[in-house]
Amino acid sequence: MFIRALRERTSASLIWLVSLTVPLLTIGVVVALYVRSRPILTKFPLLDLLRGTDWQPQAGLFGFKPFIIGTVWVTVLGMVLATPICLLTAIFLSEYAHPRVRAILRPIIDILAGIPSVVYGLFGVLVIVPFVADHASPWAAKHLTHLPWLSSPGFSTGYTVLAGGVVLGLMVIPFIVAVADEVLHGIPAALREASLSLGATRWETVKHVLVRAALPGLVAAVVLGFSRAFGETMAVLMVVGNVWEIPHSVFDPAYPLPALIANNYGEMMSIPLYDAALLLAALILLVIVLVFNMLAQLILVMARKRASA
Amino acid sequence: MTRRSVEEVIFKVLMYLATCVVVGSLLLLLAIITIKGARALDLDMITKIPTGGYYLGKEGGVLNAIVGSLLLALGATVLATLLALPVVLFLQNDYAGRTWLAGVVRTALDLLWGIPSIVYGAFGFSILLFLGMRASLLGGIIALTLVEFPIMARAMDEVLRMIPRELKEASYAIGATRWETMRVVVVRQAMPGLVTAVLLAFGRGIGDAASVLFTAGYTDNLPRSLMDPVASLPLAVFFQLGTPFPEVQARAHASALILLIIVLFVSIIARLCGARLSRFAVK
Repeated sequence: MFIRALRERTSASLIWLVSLTVPLLTIGVVVALYVRSRPILTKFPLLDLLRGTDWQPQAGLFGFKPFIIGTVWVTVLGMVLATPICLLTAIFLSEYAHPRVRAILRPIIDILAGIPSVVYGLFGVLVIVPFVADHASPWAAKHLTHLPWLSSPGFSTGYTVLAGGVVLGLMVIPFIVAVADEVLHGIPAALREASLSLGATRWETVKHVLVRAALPGLVAAVVLGFSRAFGETMAVLMVVGNVWEIPHSVFDPAYPLPALIANNYGEMMSIPLYDAALLLAALILLVIVLVFNMLAQLILVMARKRASA
Repeated sequence: MTRRSVEEVIFKVLMYLATCVVVGSLLLLLAIITIKGARALDLDMITKIPTGGYYLGKEGGVLNAIVGSLLLALGATVLATLLALPVVLFLQNDYAGRTWLAGVVRTALDLLWGIPSIVYGAFGFSILLFLGMRASLLGGIIALTLVEFPIMARAMDEVLRMIPRELKEASYAIGATRWETMRVVVVRQAMPGLVTAVLLAFGRGIGDAASVLFTAGYTDNLPRSLMDPVASLPLAVFFQLGTPFPEVQARAHASALILLIIVLFVSIIARLCGARLSRFAVK
């Protein structure tokens, strides 16, 4: 009896102990990055760093604007390409597909979600970059000259925001489809039946009933996909060109934040403040991603409350 | 009536198209990597470490990266499992009791899950510097553990939440302690899902490049201790692709294929495991 009580007590304290490190770890990551980037924050005001456009570590100039803008360009483009396709696919899987088709496609999509990012990156280098260079860019130079974000210089290496966006879109597709399908599938059948019995077509049921009921979940799926894409490093790094400038069109190269960290961290530590600047880049990335994730959580919690009320 | 059915048809076609684009482009990805990779893949690639002029196109293989990746992912998966199991047991209300605490831990877990692996890499490297260590197998394992832990814990939590409350209550009713209930009833019942979660995390870990970039380093040799730097497959793909020689780039394709095969293999095993082991669970 004593042994049983002892086991119970020890295991319970261990479980408590380990579990309480989880919130501490979350805080720890933020604090550690903040402490390590303090040297640069004490020297320059944060706003100047965020707004600065010059990146010359040797001269002591650290402007993060090109990198932040670059990240936003690539991520937004990727999401704009992926979101409609993902939602349509999820609706198809959940509402239209024969159960047998769904039973085949769901595992395939789940497995594809696990493909490493370098493999997506390699696919980008082999297929998408040459396509942008040989076809998309010349075509855009001929036909899209008047559009602000789509103008092309005509000649392009292919390593552009467009290539980054396409690769990123491709990468988040399995993730968003899986989450959105789950959300749609969780809606009670009674809602569908009520709508169909009133004579609505299937699409009308989707449009007026399902999408409305599932909206918070679908928004959360897209927001989570966005924050995932925002921090993606290797796949984007391999195709986006990594040229330090603010992109003005999808046919310009960009240099996203994660690529900045990956390419430079660990080297050239002798330059003063360089280390702190790169960790500040990591901190900026972390804060943006955390804000988006909390937003997604909040949407889901509020939706759950509304559903139970 | 016609307008309604036209709308129905239009969206149906759009949905078919979208699904075809999704499945088609992803299958295209698999096909391209397989075809390109298979061309340069030979026995030397998986049995030899790089020789002197390997990066100029001379002979050798990426055994260093294969072994390195397996060691990194294996070590990280073991550590992550040791961390994740207690946490997901805690997340059931048997331990947390006051549920707000479980809520805090679960939220923290969700936030950890969302942190990009490059941030874990930078964080891990800071810790290494702080401890006075250099890029090494151990450093890579630590960073990779941080990446794998939330993935695994969330998947395990989903599984444990599916366990019927009555099952635990039956166990408590015959006088079992919480620990006994967890060990004999909950973990056993959830075993298929737990194994799937572990394998899932392993698959994600082995393909992760950004976290091991600074923490594990890169070397042409096999590691002899935890303190040696170690190569990894994702970085092997990345570095070889960056060389100007077509022969070496072809080997990058082959390395990617090796990585892809390992990941797909683990992923399929995970699914089969889940199906096979679930025979022993009470329905």
